[in-house]
Amino acid sequence: MNIIVCLKQVPGTNDMRLDPETGSLIREGVPSIINPEDRNALEEALLLKEEHGGNVVAVSMGPPQAEEALRDALAMGADEAILLCDKAFAGSDTLATSFTLGTAIKKLGEFDLILCGTKTLDGNTGQVGPQLAEFLDLPQITYARRVEVQGEILRAERAFEEGYELMETRLPALVTVTKEINEPRIPSIEQIMQSYREKEVRIWGTPDLGVDEHSVGLDGSATKMGKIYKPEFGKGKVEFIEGSTEDMVQGLLAKLEERHLI
Amino acid sequence: MSLDDYQGVWVFAEQNEGRLRRVSLELLGKGRELANRLSVDLAAILPGENVADLYTELIDYGADKVLWADSPKLRYYSTDIYTRVIASAATEHKPEILLVGATYVGRDLAPRIARRLNTGLSADCTDLDIDEKTRLLLQTCPAFGGDFMITIINPKHRPQMATVRPGVMQPQQKSARKGEIISIPADIENKDMRVSTLNVVKETRSGIGLEQADIIVAGGMGVRSAEDFIMLGKLAELLGAEVGATRDAVEAGWASSDRMIGQTGKTVRPRLYIACGISGATQHIVGMQDSELIVAISKDPKAPIFQIADYAIVADLHQVIPVLTQQLLRHKSGV
Repeated sequence: MNIIVCLKQVPGTNDMRLDPETGSLIREGVPSIINPEDRNALEEALLLKEEHGGNVVAVSMGPPQAEEALRDALAMGADEAILLCDKAFAGSDTLATSFTLGTAIKKLGEFDLILCGTKTLDGNTGQVGPQLAEFLDLPQITYARRVEVQGEILRAERAFEEGYELMETRLPALVTVTKEINEPRIPSIEQIMQSYREKEVRIWGTPDLGVDEHSVGLDGSATKMGKIYKPEFGKGKVEFIEGSTEDMVQGLLAKLEERHLI
Repeated sequence: MSLDDYQGVWVFAEQNEGRLRRVSLELLGKGRELANRLSVDLAAILPGENVADLYTELIDYGADKVLWADSPKLRYYSTDIYTRVIASAATEHKPEILLVGATYVGRDLAPRIARRLNTGLSADCTDLDIDEKTRLLLQTCPAFGGDFMITIINPKHRPQMATVRPGVMQPQQKSARKGEIISIPADIENKDMRVSTLNVVKETRSGIGLEQADIIVAGGMGVRSAEDFIMLGKLAELLGAEVGATRDAVEAGWASSDRMIGQTGKTVRPRLYIACGISGATQHIVGMQDSELIVAISKDPKAPIFQIADYAIVADLHQVIPVLTQQLLRHKSGV
């Protein structure tokens, strides 16, 4: 099976901070990781390759440092890696991102399956997968927590509010996965070293994609972002209940009783 | 074709097993406000099978029009067909705004429609407003896992699309209203549906009652262990409450993920929310800030949770909860 995995490098922390002067997120000193659900997507691709044979290509659109994430992917077992990197790609919304990734994928030739994580930790939209599927005119299954392939047929368990649905489609298709699907492997030092020795990360920019600079990045985006801010909350009137533990509990119970909550 | 040719606010009416999902009514509530500000019509677009009895409900909750497509092939959601029906209708009728609930269906469908229509889409919005000068839809969304917010606009593409977090907007008061019913094409062949549903499996999950719960007892990192979460569970039982947890507590393995409240978990609006050992990170607060009464128990007097609490107890929950539980037991047995 020829499988393409789309992955994104994201900040590896839940604690981002805003620079009070510039109003932008502080990225220095913040470690970068492969977006967790993309790691699950890559693991699923590797499992399918182990079962059916074939080739796994990891593709990412990002700044130069995203090459590290692709190195990680090669160490885990991806056969090839391509970084779409160009200043022109900066400021992309999901419309522009799906265009850029999709254009690159069209250049890769025939494939059976595209796997992506459902959402990223930073963007959190969950939109690139479906938009890429639409751009490439592929059937899609999102929120997949289990995938199996037999010949041309793919079946997946897709989550929804009340449980899950068992879906079936013909390849080629695009599937977005959730972290329930598997436990991603951790490459050994030997695998990391081997990937550095034997595999390279190809880097493509706008000339390689054959696209106009205005169809990508900020110019190729429909949505524009305003300022990022930390919201201020405040009901204003917090009442501190004080005293010994017993007093505080009694005080609280009295308030709750007043409001008929107990 | 100019942007002025696009008029009207549309809401995707999501139905499941012949009933409207509540988020559809919430969207109509917000949609009504937006349509009034813009002086345009509000329409609900409803694909389904045998859903004529839902038209009145949509109108009574604020829609001026219902665009309906009725076909056996629309009975269950399918990406390819729903995308085609809605995208075609949008191309023909040109709404300026299209809102979709951020449900599992919505998050599968909306990006596909937006890509087909070559327009922008913002995800999981918690607020929507109209800019007076430009008439643009101001879309407020969480960013970076919910610790930050960002306002997004879609100046040059139409329709301006947004998915909206369920449980955040309010439905309008239901009242008998008049509206127009317009049928839209649904000529679909079997071959158009590339993904088929073989089976639907419902799973009862614990904690699924969080969104309907009257009272929630929630724990954060201050709880310190899975065993101590059990202590919260006992209190919850006495109160007839559900147990919730912060993202960090779930990641620590002290509570299951379906108990998570916050940006990447559930949004709740109970009558009483008791926050135990929760510092009050933004991404948690956005999931519970509309609770009617908030009680916060934390050792840290500077915890941000105290900014939104009604009652604050600065103390170790490991001291307070046992005493609270004990007093409640006494209270219940009439002592």
